[in-house]
Amino acid sequence: MKLAIHNSFDKSARKPYGLLNLFLAVMLLFLVACGSSDSTNSDTSSSQQTIQNKGSDTLVNVALAWAEAYHEVEPDVSIAVTGGGSGTGIAALINNTVDIANASRAMSEDEIEQARAKGIEPVEHVVAIDALAIIVNLENPIEKLTIQQLANMYTGKITNWNEVGGSDAPIVLLSRETNSGTHVYFLEEVVRQGDEENTDIFAPQTLLMPSSVGITSEVRRNPNAIGYDGLGYVDAEHEKIIAIAADSDSDFIMPTVETASEGAYPLARDLYMYTAGEASGALADYLNWILSSDGQDIVASLGFVPLTEN
Amino acid sequence: MGVGISQSDGQTPDVLTAGQGASRSLSEVIIENLIRLCGISAILIITLIFVFLIKEGIGAFKTLTIWEFLGSRWYPIEGLYGIMPLLVGSVLVTAVAIVIAVPLGLATAIFLGEIAPTWLREILKPLIEVLAGIPSIVLGFFGWLVVAPIIQNLGAPSGLTAFTGALILAYMTLPTIISITEDALYAVPKEYRDGSLAIGATQWQTIWRVVIPAARSGIVIAVMLGIGRAIGETMLVLLVTGNAANIPEIGLGMLFQPVRTMTATIAAEMGEVAQGSLHYSVLFAIGIVLFVITGAINLLATVLVGGGKRRSGGQI
Repeated sequence: MKLAIHNSFDKSARKPYGLLNLFLAVMLLFLVACGSSDSTNSDTSSSQQTIQNKGSDTLVNVALAWAEAYHEVEPDVSIAVTGGGSGTGIAALINNTVDIANASRAMSEDEIEQARAKGIEPVEHVVAIDALAIIVNLENPIEKLTIQQLANMYTGKITNWNEVGGSDAPIVLLSRETNSGTHVYFLEEVVRQGDEENTDIFAPQTLLMPSSVGITSEVRRNPNAIGYDGLGYVDAEHEKIIAIAADSDSDFIMPTVETASEGAYPLARDLYMYTAGEASGALADYLNWILSSDGQDIVASLGFVPLTEN
Repeated sequence: MGVGISQSDGQTPDVLTAGQGASRSLSEVIIENLIRLCGISAILIITLIFVFLIKEGIGAFKTLTIWEFLGSRWYPIEGLYGIMPLLVGSVLVTAVAIVIAVPLGLATAIFLGEIAPTWLREILKPLIEVLAGIPSIVLGFFGWLVVAPIIQNLGAPSGLTAFTGALILAYMTLPTIISITEDALYAVPKEYRDGSLAIGATQWQTIWRVVIPAARSGIVIAVMLGIGRAIGETMLVLLVTGNAANIPEIGLGMLFQPVRTMTATIAAEMGEVAQGSLHYSVLFAIGIVLFVITGAINLLATVLVGGGKRRSGGQI
């Protein structure tokens, strides 16, 4: 029996050893490669450069696409992108651990003060625009709403569609989960109508959907539902997009790439990148490339609103 | 049985001196210790998990009072950490699921074990076991795409309600309840049925008055395991209950309102919280609440089953 075990062991052992050798060889090559790139870095710092980029989860997909595309353009520059949220990115910039912080909101006064206290002057770069579309079911007769009406609906003051000119049916409120930056934007700009003193929150009946697609698919099948999604996620053939007015005196505006970039649509927000001081060298080249038509084409392909050339 | 064990214990030294048995007893010692190690490590791991939960969750109560923790509004962005809506959501969905699943499960098990002809049982049993193997996320898709629109057509404002979750959960717990109940019925000695039929009882009287009482402890375990499975389910309820942290108004309509369960809250929010923050420790505190609830259910099952054993123990 011992012999049998030995035999089978020898047979099966040959292949794993082969694989192991291959693995070791690859590891060795990798180590050598790492070593050589380290040494070139210390010799001539300009030839190889890594840009650390961190922050907003809204922007993270665009930032990743930029980083990948830019590496093709400038192979000597590699960009490390991580998410974590706008606040995390800004905190990292203040602590001087990143080169670029992504944010889906502007830095607050407090954060700018903290940065200056550490000798860092944050510089803001608007890199893309995101428009939030308000969507309802195709059967819903509602065409337009004011921000005030939306706020009344989402705080539970209005619970029936007939109070905003629709049919006699209950309103089913849909929202993203609270960890979404978009949820926070909607809370600040719609539920609280941009008023910092306002402490209203979403009505407890609001259905919190785990994803953007969750919102669109519930809106498609439920004639009572209303929800919000980034312009890149909605499709006018399957959902009705509502025209929005900032207040009762303003015009009702449909969200489009044009109205969002002109600033006419009230629920459009800038997406930012922050640098510590004016960017220079490879960092400046990267930011300029993002603002170029190549960079902005990537924004459009991911469903966000590109910046118009001024 | 007890006598048998002490006999073999007494024989062990004899076997050892016989020489040939020495290696066998060595392997026995190794196996015995391995099994002991497994048993101890299970206890150790459970203890460690509980210690870990407490360590991570206790921080919540440095900032929150117990009344804030049991408050009626859950909105972490504004520091509102009241878990009452989540607790109500979990209990409501689980209770309704069990109310649906227990009668159905018991009836199916009784049919399979006592009434169905053998050929039918041979077909049904494997099918029920296949049902047990369906991943809960697949049942969640089914609920989202098929059941929710039906509930909505019945007149609910939205199909994503407590009742939708309960229906799918009931379906998910059915195989557990059926197979354990059927095992319990199978374990009832044939003499019980023969005796009952011999003194002139009908088949139904035999099942209801003799077989079910004799299998009581197994049936209780089946129901408790079903409850445990239902309350701990996460992805399914995340998909179909609507996730509104809302305490439904009391009444029949409460079933057709959206709710948010404790498990869905942990799953949806854990990925995004900063480690060590208040939100983070509150999510662990919810984990402690869940742990305590399932512990209480198990304890209750042990107490109930203990009572049953005493009754039938003397008879077997």
